[in-house]
Amino acid sequence: MKLVRFFFMSMVWVFLAYGLVFAGTLNDVKAKGFVQAGVNGDLFGFGKPDEKGVWRGLDVDTARAIAAAVFGDANKVRFTPLTAKTRFTALQSGEVDVLTRNCTQTLSRDTALGLDFCQVNYYDGQGFLVSKKLGVKSAKELDGATVCVLPGTTTELNVADFFRANNIKMKPVVIENTAELAKAFFSGRCDCLTSDASQLAGNRAVSPNPKDYIILPDIISKEPLAPAVRHGDNQWKDIVNYSILAMINAEELGITSKNVDEMLKSNDPKIQRFLGVTPGNGEALGLDEKFAYHIIKQVGNYGEVFERNVGVNSSLGIQRGLNALWTNGGLMYSPPFN
Amino acid sequence: MTGKQNSKISGKVSFWNDPAKRSILYQLEALLLIGLLGYYLFSNITHNLERQSIATGFGFLQKEASFEIGESLISYSAADRYARALWVGILNTLLVSFIGIILTVILGTVIGVSRLSKNWLVSHLAAVYIEVLQDIPVLLQLFFWYAFFYEILPSPKQALNPVGGIFLCNRGLSFVIPVFHSAHIYMAIAFGIACLAVAFLRRWSRQRHEKTGVPFPLFRVSLALLIGFPLLTWWLSGAPTQMDVPELIGFNFQGGANISPEFTALLLGLVLYTSAFVAEVVRAGIQSVSHGQTEAAMALGLTPSHILKLVILPQALRVIIPPLTSQMLNLTKNSSLAVAIGYPDFVSVAGTTINQTGQAIEGVAMIMIVYLFFSLLTSAFMNWYNKRIALVER
Repeated sequence: MKLVRFFFMSMVWVFLAYGLVFAGTLNDVKAKGFVQAGVNGDLFGFGKPDEKGVWRGLDVDTARAIAAAVFGDANKVRFTPLTAKTRFTALQSGEVDVLTRNCTQTLSRDTALGLDFCQVNYYDGQGFLVSKKLGVKSAKELDGATVCVLPGTTTELNVADFFRANNIKMKPVVIENTAELAKAFFSGRCDCLTSDASQLAGNRAVSPNPKDYIILPDIISKEPLAPAVRHGDNQWKDIVNYSILAMINAEELGITSKNVDEMLKSNDPKIQRFLGVTPGNGEALGLDEKFAYHIIKQVGNYGEVFERNVGVNSSLGIQRGLNALWTNGGLMYSPPFN
Repeated sequence: MTGKQNSKISGKVSFWNDPAKRSILYQLEALLLIGLLGYYLFSNITHNLERQSIATGFGFLQKEASFEIGESLISYSAADRYARALWVGILNTLLVSFIGIILTVILGTVIGVSRLSKNWLVSHLAAVYIEVLQDIPVLLQLFFWYAFFYEILPSPKQALNPVGGIFLCNRGLSFVIPVFHSAHIYMAIAFGIACLAVAFLRRWSRQRHEKTGVPFPLFRVSLALLIGFPLLTWWLSGAPTQMDVPELIGFNFQGGANISPEFTALLLGLVLYTSAFVAEVVRAGIQSVSHGQTEAAMALGLTPSHILKLVILPQALRVIIPPLTSQMLNLTKNSSLAVAIGYPDFVSVAGTTINQTGQAIEGVAMIMIVYLFFSLLTSAFMNWYNKRIALVER
């Protein structure tokens, strides 16, 4: 089955090689009438359909923001669930227009894979989830542990680096499917589960006894999760970039999905430019002047999207931390919308 | 006169109308077309990869892999190269396929023969086995067995300890092994000599049987030789008894040997699934030999075991071997499902490599070549065996 998929992927490559000339993703997207977004599909809080089949999550909302910017309608987006292994090939081959699937930006991916990463939509770091029963206080006490790892991510490399750097041993169990891996961990096959801390929180939230598990304080890597587009399509990259930045900027300007209509009447020239009351930004991007208005009205600002999907009052219960606005000690910072 | 006419006719046939020459021409044309198409695809891919600035080539094999692998037959660490990591994967695939094929043939034969048993219960149990296991997708069976291991078995601290030195828990089966001693090498040599002796004994006993008609208890003597000789060597070289006993240190059992739940689940799933098909192949083979042959053999006064060995099996094997080969290939190929339950087979390791290096085309090409090589090797061996056992008509 796996082989069949690999074969299929290589076929995709062959067709790609068939002299396909990119006519610009924006035109392609406009022609077909929707944005095709690659998402996780099985990660609570980032990309997963809820019990009614409606897609939910931070990455899903990011894709909706892009659709709102392009079409003025956040629902003109279709989701393709991708595994860690297939995600880059799906983007390279043109199967999806944008990859909003908790991908860590790294130098080699940005270059050798033929991708371009956009504005980070979540600053994450790799951690360890363990059962409280083990009585482990730090990841450095995990010598000889069996570690459940998701394959095909930087996760495998980070955890191997960490154990090597601390001169301790580990035994990885690598299962491709997130759900299967989590099941194996929660039934005790492994001593700890390693992944990005946000994913660990997501897995813990849907486990049988969330209170029996803790995320160790050691964060062993920097994981800037950013949407990716194909290398060389600068217009499309700008659109994805400024769709996310618009959400961040809106939070900074105090614009929410609830007050955005009143804000249209604001006298503040920054807000007038941002919402397209004073035209210019939209034309520069090749979009409708009201693109930022549509994003905020239909999806919300970054703070709203964060709290709705992963915030302290959601079942993941994650603090803003690095993901707070720069004015609150975080890293979320938007250039001016001039 | 007629000869002259013929030569005239053949002389008249032009190059284009000669079917033999024409077919050669067509074949050359087809070959050229395929070659051109291949060249076109290849050059296009390299061109496009270059345009999208994606790295190509097999240079990455010499780079540090930087990831750990759960189980390995050879020593491996994250500091080794990708080439060695992939080699670990190949060996893991070979291990599970090799043991799987042997167990499948044994179990399949037993079930297939039971299916034909005159005992109502035995034959119906075999029928149920075949029908149930054949009809459930093998991936589901793998998930079932894997979940069975980690859900049912206790944690290492409460490991089951049925006999001293053997521990069973959700980290797998840990058991005691002897500490390496030079005596073990001598024992292996002794075993090799015993094998040779058995081969000679077999020839001698057959010749004697054909000449004098006196049978020789070959099986029992061979068994005694194969076990006795290495044991004698062990005793002569000082009878080393030091054992490497697994012990719970920290999180897991250290020391001894360990069989992981992933490996066991994969092996069990593949063997149980494939042996259901093999059982049907064996049954079909045996049933293809007409009952008259058995009756004729009985009339000649052969014992039941001789009838099976000398009359039925040689004919049945002709029918059995070709489909059996295809089942062996199926098992090898299905072992790539290991990635679903965490056994580090070749596809799993290659998958990680593809993801870390981003070189999907090279990775997929390697996977295809490795499986093609395994499959061709298996079928070459089975074809050789098939020829050997084919009935020589006199």
